Amino acid sequence: MTSISRDEVAHLAHLARLDLGAEELDHYASQLDVILQAVARISEVTADDIPAMSHPVPMTNVFREDVVTASLNRADVLSMAPAVEDDRFKVPRILDEE
Amino acid sequence: MTEDLTRQSAAVLAAAIAAKEVSAQEVATAHLERIAAVDGVVHAFLHISSDSAMAQAKRVDEKIAAGTEVGPLAGVPLALKDVLAMHGEPTTAGSRILQGWKPPYDSTVVARLRAADIVILGKTNMDEFAMGSSTEHSAYGPTHNPWDLTRIPGGSGGGSAAALAAFEAPLAIGTDTGGSIRQPASVTGTVGVKPTYGAVSRYGQIALASSLDQPGPCARSVLDTALLHAAIAGHDPMDSTSINAAVPDVVAAARRADIRGMRIGVVKELSGDGYQAGVSQRYHEALSILEDLGATITEVSCPHFEYALGAYYLILPSEASSNLARFDGMRYGLRTGDDGANSVEQVMSLTREQGFGPEVKRRIMLGTYALSSGYYEAYYGQAQKVRTLITSDFNAAFANVDVLVSPTAPTTAFKLGEKLDDPLAMYLNDVATIPVNLAGICAMSLPVGLAPEDQLPVGLQIMAPAMADERLYLAGGALEAALVDRWGHLLIEEVPSL
Repeated sequence: MTSISRDEVAHLAHLARLDLGAEELDHYASQLDVILQAVARISEVTADDIPAMSHPVPMTNVFREDVVTASLNRADVLSMAPAVEDDRFKVPRILDEE
Repeated sequence: MTEDLTRQSAAVLAAAIAAKEVSAQEVATAHLERIAAVDGVVHAFLHISSDSAMAQAKRVDEKIAAGTEVGPLAGVPLALKDVLAMHGEPTTAGSRILQGWKPPYDSTVVARLRAADIVILGKTNMDEFAMGSSTEHSAYGPTHNPWDLTRIPGGSGGGSAAALAAFEAPLAIGTDTGGSIRQPASVTGTVGVKPTYGAVSRYGQIALASSLDQPGPCARSVLDTALLHAAIAGHDPMDSTSINAAVPDVVAAARRADIRGMRIGVVKELSGDGYQAGVSQRYHEALSILEDLGATITEVSCPHFEYALGAYYLILPSEASSNLARFDGMRYGLRTGDDGANSVEQVMSLTREQGFGPEVKRRIMLGTYALSSGYYEAYYGQAQKVRTLITSDFNAAFANVDVLVSPTAPTTAFKLGEKLDDPLAMYLNDVATIPVNLAGICAMSLPVGLAPEDQLPVGLQIMAPAMADERLYLAGGALEAALVDRWGHLLIEEVPSL
């Protein structure tokens, strides 16, 4: 397994929507490297024929009756929003300016 | 009752309240006064819910006065980990990104606590989003261990454990993703149980790693822990991973506390090197007590446990990076940089940069890496295979023994600041607790004495198969009773006064 470069860390930060500063990028590049090298040992035992386990509960497709119930109180929910307009969440611009 | 109400067990308080020897409001007041007196130095709480606590206590007193039937813990105060949503009360998960957020709904755990007539005193401190083993990753400052205020109370649920050890509450709720109930219990001389995965609903628990997270009960004795376990466990249609089966009778098991003929396995890989001398000493003493009580002790091998830490620190960050994507500053919580010029994407990045602390960012980055195209199979995929191997190790062991035991943590409480700058050293605290979460089985930590070299509590971990949670209480109850016989009291009685 390979080591992780500063550019890669910057790319990861972008994917994760973290506006990391230059100092943070250096810091995390070295720390992630150390952690990844420590955890990479698992490949010593993971043969191809071992099934992957995503979850401890062997259940699939848990259904319930489709019953109409009250939704959350709108005033309660909107009172916690950073910005509200006309009973809706107000968000920053989502399109680039032409 | 003339004695100090804050020194009583939950079982004793509940009986006294039901018998009208003391009111729920007097009990709540005594605990709120205790919090006011000592939480300045302990910092177990992030938020005290005095008004709602007193209102709930009043309702309980009215019910009892009217002769209405109440739950077995009616009127008993509880400290709630700040990762569980409580309608109208601040819920931050120890993060700045949720500062000031008041959930518009109750988590199932909170709904059940209310239905059980339990009095919630407030929200307890924790490592941010439950990432840590010391509470030092809380955005609101660390919690101090009541045994020694210069030391960590464990984590992530250090606030809940410290509240118990400081006699601020007789009951607490924690959540355990890799040891966050058990390791704090171990280092504070208290009891904590991580129930079987799916036994207690995760609905309304702010998710860290959804396939590992599990809420559970914390208290100062095995019986109190069992009473709380029974109050919160059981099927919930709001959690699709909730197990639809009868809850084992943990209270009866705690009361019976008989382990004659029980087969106990010592996990070889969790009993060797790497433990503090006093931890090993108290652990081995506890094993011989268990043997004296009529259990048979054999050594079992779980050869893949040495890979558990590596698998965990790939699976957890992967799931966490996905779960924490919801904190984007759009519908609730912090929003930063919304100046009219920045795009939504820039606002999200600025918000998350400001709102998350260093450990959260570290794990989000790690998870984003492990899940990214080209690395997914090499990291996340391989870690899932290790999970299968560890589960097979447990299954093989439980074919021959009823429960497994190990020390809960490698050391007693370490000093605040000691491991803060070394993420790997911090992660190693969880080496004995993590396999349980990977397999989804249940485990308890209970105190077995003070390490001679530092006079700090040592915890023993008992592990049982999925949906056999009652075995934890049988074994834990028996061991606790034998230790109380020996000491004349619970270990927690030896905590220095604050």
